[in-house]
Amino acid sequence: MIAIIDYNAGNLFSVKNALDYLDIDNEVTGEAARLDRADALILPGVGAFPDAMRQLDKAGLVGEIRRQAKKKPLLGICLGMQLLFEKGYEFEECEGLGLIKGEVRKIDAGGLKIPHMGWNSLRFLNPCPLLDGVGEGSYTYFVHSYMACTGDENIAAYTEYHVRIPALVMNGGVYGAQYHPEKSSRIGLAMLKNFWRLAK
Amino acid sequence: MLAKRIIPCLDVDRGSVVKGINFVGIREVGDPVECAAEYDRQGADEIVFLDITATHEHRATMADVVRRTAKKVFVPLTVGGGIRTIDDFREILRAGADKVSINSAAVRDKTLVARAADKFGNQCVVVAIDARRNGSGGFNVVINGGRIDTGLDALAWAVEVESLGCGELLVTSMDADGTKNGFDKELTQAVSSRVKIPVIASGGGGSLAHFSELFEQTGADAALAASLFHYRELTVGEVKRYLNEKNIPVRLL
Repeated sequence: MIAIIDYNAGNLFSVKNALDYLDIDNEVTGEAARLDRADALILPGVGAFPDAMRQLDKAGLVGEIRRQAKKKPLLGICLGMQLLFEKGYEFEECEGLGLIKGEVRKIDAGGLKIPHMGWNSLRFLNPCPLLDGVGEGSYTYFVHSYMACTGDENIAAYTEYHVRIPALVMNGGVYGAQYHPEKSSRIGLAMLKNFWRLAK
Repeated sequence: MLAKRIIPCLDVDRGSVVKGINFVGIREVGDPVECAAEYDRQGADEIVFLDITATHEHRATMADVVRRTAKKVFVPLTVGGGIRTIDDFREILRAGADKVSINSAAVRDKTLVARAADKFGNQCVVVAIDARRNGSGGFNVVINGGRIDTGLDALAWAVEVESLGCGELLVTSMDADGTKNGFDKELTQAVSSRVKIPVIASGGGGSLAHFSELFEQTGADAALAASLFHYRELTVGEVKRYLNEKNIPVRLL
């Protein structure tokens, strides 16, 4: 079972819809005991970094996610991906989950539109099981104004938007997608299926 | 590179898809969920549902259409038509829409744009502007399906809603809409050169060349069409393959 972590931070149901469609057993939950029972975790999220960290903290989930991430695959999506890093700078400096080395900063789009919104293509940097069967140059759907700043060794795929934006990051069993796999049509669904395969 | 988006629009009346030519002579054609799934298969980058009845009683029907679509179609969904309040936004977003588009309601109450952006994030708030040439070289905002000319300058209105927090503009040329004679490139370029948010051009798309000219000659980020795709005069895939040949970045399947 994949636990979709519920911490009052918006749009969990599109992730749930995608897993249901793929016939992947899943549960939307914020309970530590359920996260412990799960084979893998998904941390979704829309909104702002500091708010989301406060919500996680309030739900008593910060330590729990750090503990669980040592035992089972974890996939952060969009803001959930950004929370995996050590620090964020959205509105204020804020500590993240610290599961991947790096920080989250405003995109320097060099005059391009912010948010970076729409379908952008993936360039591969390091092999990643989530990309099994996914061709380089595949498009995924992004909506974000902040981006991860991290070492190349943590980047499986990036996308170009004036700067190189980490699109899919990883560190051991911790994965993060800056894009929305649950809104990226067949390619996104294939990645979610790959993630489920890791869990079993 | 960020792809130019091709967006089919489904006009929905009491839970069924219809397409009105110039908003009259409506013909009923099908199940919105199936239509959306077909567009996804063709490579649509996003799908817009426009609720053309849009009375309060029918909001629940639309929410249900969105809910059923979101279980089967995994591209961004935008819903417009008759959204008037923050509660309307919430209901449609909860049902699974990614963005909500407002038109007349924004004109009647500007604060709705700001309040919705504040509550749900700018990226959720699309303002639809129906513009018509006013005879003196400018464009006026019209509402109620083109029946009321507000006298508002469409370009000034675009700038104003951007400053209020709108995340994207859906600009329909009421002169071009239904004609299949091509997008109004002058209108599209006038708007996109004045704002920093993405602009979706709508109205008049009738041939492959109309799409490439739009992207070559204006700053449009996306093109929307309804009956063209609905009656399969062109498929989304045909349009995108053509654009790709013209070296316009698109997401191919």
